[in-house]
Amino acid sequence: MLKLQDVHSFYGNIEALKGINLEINEGEIISLIGANGAGKSTTLMSISNIVSPRQGSVIYQGEIINTKPPEDIVKMGLCQVPEGRHIFPHLTVRENLDMGAFLRDDKDGIRKDLDYVYSLFPILKERSGQSGGTLSGGEQQMLAISRALMSRPKLLLLDEPSMGLAPIIIAQIFDIIKQINEEQNTTIFLVEQNANQALQIADRAYVIENGKITMSDNADALMSNPDVQKAYLGI
Amino acid sequence: MSLILDVKKLSMRFGGIHALTDVDLQISSGEIVALIGPNGAGKTTFFNCVTGIYKPTSGDVLLNTPKTKNIRLNGLKPNQVTIKGMARTFQNIRLFQSMSVLENVMIGRHCRTKSFIFGAAFRTKFTREEEQQTIEKSYAILQKIGLEVSANELASNLSYGEQRRLEIARALATEPALLLLDEPAAGMNPQETQDLEALILRLQQEGQAILLIEHDMKLVMNLSHRIYVLDYGTLIATGTPQEIRNNPTVIKAYLGEGADA
Ligand SMILES: Nc1ncnc2c1ncn2[C@@H]1O[C@H](COP(=O)(O)OP(=O)(O)OP(=O)(O)O)[C@@H](O)[C@H]1O
Ligand SMILES: [Mg+2]
Repeated sequence: MLKLQDVHSFYGNIEALKGINLEINEGEIISLIGANGAGKSTTLMSISNIVSPRQGSVIYQGEIINTKPPEDIVKMGLCQVPEGRHIFPHLTVRENLDMGAFLRDDKDGIRKDLDYVYSLFPILKERSGQSGGTLSGGEQQMLAISRALMSRPKLLLLDEPSMGLAPIIIAQIFDIIKQINEEQNTTIFLVEQNANQALQIADRAYVIENGKITMSDNADALMSNPDVQKAYLGI
Repeated sequence: MSLILDVKKLSMRFGGIHALTDVDLQISSGEIVALIGPNGAGKTTFFNCVTGIYKPTSGDVLLNTPKTKNIRLNGLKPNQVTIKGMARTFQNIRLFQSMSVLENVMIGRHCRTKSFIFGAAFRTKFTREEEQQTIEKSYAILQKIGLEVSANELASNLSYGEQRRLEIARALATEPALLLLDEPAAGMNPQETQDLEALILRLQQEGQAILLIEHDMKLVMNLSHRIYVLDYGTLIATGTPQEIRNNPTVIKAYLGEGADA
């Protein structure tokens, strides 16, 4: 479904990605783990072309997409939830969700998906008229995820979905991601500091260090790998 | 140990939402106190009320520092609260992204300099010397939190974890009697969180009183002397980490069964 071939991305003169190769098949949950600054977020941004790769290609459903504007990529069903909750602070919760469905015209489907996200996060239904910027941090995180779901993505890129969530909700959020994957048939690419939880729901994972993929394997195998345990699982 | 912060029956409503109801909270000098609770429990609202961003619906906020005795902070503007001796970091990072790391800290220092008060209109030898001191002190703060190598980088070039540390540096620059941290570990990896833990402990050992909001329970349990737990705007428990960890109400509302704490 998605393939990165020798992707190099830069910030000014700094080479943040030094030839990334990875593959995601339809229906999978793939996780990318690595230290801060290793290039995780840059990888996601290079896929949605928010950062344009200077070399290499991003191929989505057989088509090279790193020459397309980010909006067109969203239209193709590839949607990113960026790190640090970028919601529209002056729009209400409901308006934020409607913005997520902006490119759709299947009224019934939108209605159904709205009910679905409200069932995942009932607080959003309660607060549908509150402006996004006054939600609590965790509530904003729930809104950011829900808004992405409203676009009915085929491939969902999640950057740190557990950030700012209470312990009791963190366990739920990973269940929810798994549920989205199974029930909505959404392929998931997941970046998380919380590598432990991410690996528990992932099928496969890649390890990124210094802008390069250094390991890739089934999630189970990585979880029992002593190097991974020491570096990323805090064991 | 003397009382630094004494909050009495603090309440805050937004229309029909009771974000805080009759919250009492005390912090003594040298303490690390944590405020925890579910998403939307009212923790950030508590910070906003005591630092003057929101005007509480009712209740009292009293601050005691070596310089000021029992002043009521209610009704003061955020910058006045900072001058009185309380500084905070923000859950959603608020740095000047297009300024350098050092400049971000210098802005924090300005509320403690005389030129800030008399304005830069008289560029005397005094203001120049003070400016030089501001730079030196700001750099020293960056060294303390381990960001000195990035002093001249733009704030926007820092990683998320580094930006959180810079927020702390900016707050420290105001020389607070009480430092409020809103989720300082959010977005940090385990290694960075450990470094943060060491940093907070070091600050405490230097005498800094700290009120900490955080969802990383390992950090909270390792650092806190006492913990307050909010749920739906009401305190449901207070106690030592040991007491809170084993409190069934807190486990049910917040920690969950499999909590790693
Ligand atoms: N200005 C406002 N108008 C309306 N509701 C508000 C406003 N500010 C906060 N709230 C609501 O008050 C409640 C408490 O919010 P607060 O930000 O204090 O939560 P929190 O405990 O910090 O949660 P989190 O852990 O998710 O950051 C939330 O439900 C929030 O939506
Ligand atoms: Mg908060």
